[in-house]
Amino acid sequence: MDDLYRELIIDRYQNPLYRGTLDPHDITFEDANPLCGDEIRVDLRVNDQGMVTEAAFSGHGCAISQASADLLMESVVGKPLENVKHLSKEDILEMLGIQLGPVRLKCALLSLKVLKAGVYGLGEAGDDLVE
Amino acid sequence: MVGIRGDFPVLSREIRPGVGLVYLDSTATSQKPIQVLEAMDRFYRRSNANIHRGIHQLAEEATAQYEDARHKVAAFIGASSVREVIFTRNTTEAINLVAQTWGRAFLNPGDRLILTEMEHHSNLVPWQMLAAERGLILDFIPVTPHGLLDLEEYRRLLGLGPRLVAFTHMSNVLGTINPAAEMIRLAHQAGAVVLVDAAQSVPHLPVEVTTLGADFLAFSSHKMCGPTGIGALYGKRDLLEAMPPFLGGGDMIKRVSLTSFTPNELPYKFEAGTPAIAEAIGFGAAVDYLQGVGMEAIAAHETEIITYALERLEEIPGVTVYGPAAEHKGGIAAFTINGIHAHDVSQILDMDGIAIRAGHHCAMPLHTKLDLAATSRASFYLYNTLQEVDRLVDGIYKVKTIFRV
Repeated sequence: MDDLYRELIIDRYQNPLYRGTLDPHDITFEDANPLCGDEIRVDLRVNDQGMVTEAAFSGHGCAISQASADLLMESVVGKPLENVKHLSKEDILEMLGIQLGPVRLKCALLSLKVLKAGVYGLGEAGDDLVE
Repeated sequence: MVGIRGDFPVLSREIRPGVGLVYLDSTATSQKPIQVLEAMDRFYRRSNANIHRGIHQLAEEATAQYEDARHKVAAFIGASSVREVIFTRNTTEAINLVAQTWGRAFLNPGDRLILTEMEHHSNLVPWQMLAAERGLILDFIPVTPHGLLDLEEYRRLLGLGPRLVAFTHMSNVLGTINPAAEMIRLAHQAGAVVLVDAAQSVPHLPVEVTTLGADFLAFSSHKMCGPTGIGALYGKRDLLEAMPPFLGGGDMIKRVSLTSFTPNELPYKFEAGTPAIAEAIGFGAAVDYLQGVGMEAIAAHETEIITYALERLEEIPGVTVYGPAAEHKGGIAAFTINGIHAHDVSQILDMDGIAIRAGHHCAMPLHTKLDLAATSRASFYLYNTLQEVDRLVDGIYKVKTIFRV
């Protein structure tokens, strides 16, 4: 529990590398965590070869949700869009380097749900996308 | 409040080895004293049976205990008759009951209802649902920058001829204690019926429905030392008599044929199906417990704690507390810390065993008005101490250290 707020998470929360919006973009999606009202939007640019060339997130949330969004954006840039579909809860927890209880897991997984819903072109970001 | 803490078993547990619990989330739900736990345990061990039917000893005992609980609850809020106290699942169900029965039977398209900007979702959404179904107009009393209701605007809205005024007696976020008696008097002058959401007031203040003059008043057992799953709706008898039943089923009928039914008399008309019997008995035990301590004493204790808490919290750089000054509020302190999200505040405090709430506390419109995504909320009850306020404040300094602000 004590390493929940490890240096990496505080750093990424306070000085995110991928915060912002992309205009124009190829994929955009946003959704909220009903528990707390936190919102995340994700924008992607994808080239003709199906590679993610740029990624950005915006919105507001706790350190866990913002740091995981920032790390997630970093992990998808330069990779095939197809790879995004295979990202899971475990990948996010590995990036954060922490274990989380059921409530905070929702914070950590919000950006992945939003990203996947955008990639799949869905109407809303459901929990089944990250289970 | 000497000796109180020993009555609440959970307060002596460690959250993790060597870390005691500081429970500051009683606005969400209160802890339960051993007297309540034992009353429910005793019922299940000795008297468990269904009520209002069955001619055997256990059924007699169960029925007597269930109805005895109703007498206790009715006396606790000063109702003039036990028939005016209906057991529901909670405050939310009580408000929905009024909206779905009184509202559907007596409100027509174009009728106006007055609510406030500080309502819990449970006193907003039932009316939104009814308004959408019936074409009603919802007006809202604004919250002033000091966290009070704008009573000038309330008077103006009353001039528009509302049929119902529904408001919270005590805000679950700002802690504001609204001038209920005065607001009810004005509403009645304007010819409106009044529903009071008393989920936060009945547990913490002496509340007398006859003195207030409320037409309907709703509250929950679990916020006043009783179990979850049971609450109460008080309603004036003539209103309840005129209302159609809520849920249909057993117990709420006098007689039934294949194609029709005759509703039972009050209060059973509104209590379909086997109710939460053990919980009602626990609710009665909670009322006994609170009366034993004394509601005046509880209110005075909470005023002492909130006064100290506001003083200590406001001296922390970067901390903003929302709501009015201590003399206008109950034991609730919603706050933010610059640059730190409410979830993170809660999480770090939890490391030290301090339990507070983070989020919008089921009052999203109020948070929108305050331009906040989320707040942290510490709330106090009869078992809390000034030392626990100190531990909260120490915890907040630790949060700030971790976030380097």
